[in-house]
Amino acid sequence: MSQIAAKQPGGLKKPSKLGRAFLLKLELRSHPTLLCVIRGALEPLMEMLEFSPEQNRAIIRAVDEAVSNIMRHAYHGRLDQPIEVYCNRLQRRTNGETEQGVEILLFDCGPAVDTTKLIARPLEEIRPGGLGLHIIRGSMDSVEYKRAGHLNRLRLIKFARSSHGECGPTGEKPT
Amino acid sequence: MKISARRVDNSTILDVSGNIDMSNSPEVRKTLLRELREKSVTRVVLNLSGVDYIDSSGVASLVEGLKASRESGSRFVLFGLNSSPREVLKISRLLKLFEVYDDETQAMAS
Repeated sequence: MSQIAAKQPGGLKKPSKLGRAFLLKLELRSHPTLLCVIRGALEPLMEMLEFSPEQNRAIIRAVDEAVSNIMRHAYHGRLDQPIEVYCNRLQRRTNGETEQGVEILLFDCGPAVDTTKLIARPLEEIRPGGLGLHIIRGSMDSVEYKRAGHLNRLRLIKFARSSHGECGPTGEKPT
Repeated sequence: MKISARRVDNSTILDVSGNIDMSNSPEVRKTLLRELREKSVTRVVLNLSGVDYIDSSGVASLVEGLKASRESGSRFVLFGLNSSPREVLKISRLLKLFEVYDDETQAMAS
């Protein structure tokens, strides 16, 4: 949390979820040309976690859209603002079987998000724009936004064997 | 991302390579709208076979292209969609809105 913590008056209390070892941590500035770097870093990690190619693409798509939203809406196009991405392995047991998953946490220092505006627009409207949130939700099993101190935190979860919409955070544990 | 134009009869074929995200989708949008609004071609054909990733801003550019084609009475055709671009159009429920072909031969014969 170094860049983001450094921007906080009096420092940042590290979220408890980050107390454990994470698989991958990325610190980047809010420059759109860095989106390809995030995608490039996530692809081999998701392969390592044994996600199928389709699931891999879904995760990358969700993270890319989420980071794009931070750049566009939290930072209003400013190119030098900090964004941090953490990836953790998750495991859960369902019907006696262990399922592997991934938790991705995204942090930014933008103003608090008005959660009443976190509504995907109706897809029946054929118009450009407003698809990002729909794509994120359609690609992941769980999407949670939380204001954590002075930070925005978006938590994305996907399990390797689950189909979309069948799971939530309950019963998940980090490995 | 690279985008180049070829003129075949009264159609323009735009060959795109690389990934389309918010860093370069304005360029795609600008090129599409210029072809559809200013050059009066009867058909703009977008070759996406060299595109492995397209984000929502890229999709928005395609929707703008589609709208511009309807306004100008021309056609806007896509071909060569790889898995990820196809999936994002499907999730957005836009896939059926576009004329999509497997390859250039089919697109030009349409």
